[in-house]
Amino acid sequence: MSGERVKLLGNWASPSALRVKWTLKLKEIEYEYVEEDLPNKSPLLLKYNPVHKKIPVLVHGGKPIAESLVILEYLDETWKQNPILPEDPYERAQARFWAKFVDEKCAPGIMSAFTKKGEEKEKAAKEARENLKILESGLGEKQFFGGESIGFVDIAAGWIGIWARLVEEIAEVNLIDTVNLIDTETMPVLDTWFKRVLEVPIIKECLPPQDKLLEHNKGFHKMLTGGSRGSS
Amino acid sequence: METHSKKMAEVKLFRTWSSVFALRIVWALKLKDVQYDTIFEDLSNKSPLLLQYNPVHKKVPVLVHNGKSVAESLVILEYIEETWKQNPLLSEDPHERAVARFWAKFGDEKVLPSIWEACNSEGKEQEEGIVKAKENLKYLEEELKGKKFFGGEHIGFADIALGWLAEYKNVFEEVASMKVIAEDEFPLLSEWKRTFADAPIIKENWPPRDKLVTRYQAFRETNLLNKAPK
Repeated sequence: MSGERVKLLGNWASPSALRVKWTLKLKEIEYEYVEEDLPNKSPLLLKYNPVHKKIPVLVHGGKPIAESLVILEYLDETWKQNPILPEDPYERAQARFWAKFVDEKCAPGIMSAFTKKGEEKEKAAKEARENLKILESGLGEKQFFGGESIGFVDIAAGWIGIWARLVEEIAEVNLIDTVNLIDTETMPVLDTWFKRVLEVPIIKECLPPQDKLLEHNKGFHKMLTGGSRGSS
Repeated sequence: METHSKKMAEVKLFRTWSSVFALRIVWALKLKDVQYDTIFEDLSNKSPLLLQYNPVHKKVPVLVHNGKSVAESLVILEYIEETWKQNPLLSEDPHERAVARFWAKFGDEKVLPSIWEACNSEGKEQEEGIVKAKENLKYLEEELKGKKFFGGEHIGFADIALGWLAEYKNVFEEVASMKVIAEDEFPLLSEWKRTFADAPIIKENWPPRDKLVTRYQAFRETNLLNKAPK
């Protein structure tokens, strides 16, 4: 079963696709990668994810699976080497809880800080910071959320270390005040964890080129905020 | 057996009488024949225990098993499934499991918000809301082709996650004078609703309908007021 062909439909700039890439690499699963041009979605993507029409989509033996966290669970259940979820049901529940928290609280908060302007932006950034602080509490004294090595939550949340910095840099471009999301003073544990995660070889190797990502997101920002008031 | 009694030792469920999310947990525990105590919460006056057990969200449901708490209903369902193996809610096949999780997520992220939105709007806004809700429901209708339940022959994870549709949707429709799931438009979904609602464990555990109507009527009135231009 696990010997059948694996295909990943993704996008180079997508954090959700990155989660799946990390997991595939961690488990040493061979796969074919299909880069989707999101303004111009392929018939294959529309066929494999008719409900959301989004990436990432994993296709295994011709059967598609959508939603990155669902894909991660599938990968863990199908390829048992280098597990990303612990064995204990309570520990698994904790991992699922925090991954959900990342998607339902942290991600929209960061997106909000990225897309809003002025006072609304400050408010969004404050809320994003609060949620990141809560995420930090889930780490406790551990090296990684997964314990001694990276696991489900590290993979689910790792992208924040990069994207939060992008938001800080880009949103700063248009404003007088800085918008720091991950403050080394108020969130030292989370900040250290981000640095540690991004140094893990398989994590580091899959990262998209930073300069390209910056330019790409600058473009997004312009589009979403209606451009800067002054020069670009 | 020692392990069995250890697992049964202490299970508590923090809930409210009306929460659809808590109801899922009741169904799952009863389907697996797990003994548990219920603690009803007054959300306007949350107990210190609830705040201790769910400090992040401060919401129900929360399952406490041998003193350790699990929050978020779909996370709790997975925990229950992994801890009490009888009457499994998920298939053994990883792909089918992924499909069940996908639909449970879809229910919470798309179906429920769209129906709730339609329930709490009026006029043109409601009409548009109903159109949106129906678009989401069409996917569920499609998924039911050739199946009795989302889980196949038996009630499964996705059925439990979507089960609120079998009763709450009727309540929402009454409260908001709207029709979202019509028999001719959604024959499979309509049949599923009946079959699900009729299953013994489900049937025995619906909150009182008139109470639900009153409650959601009040919500709707408040929400409409909040939307009105000031």
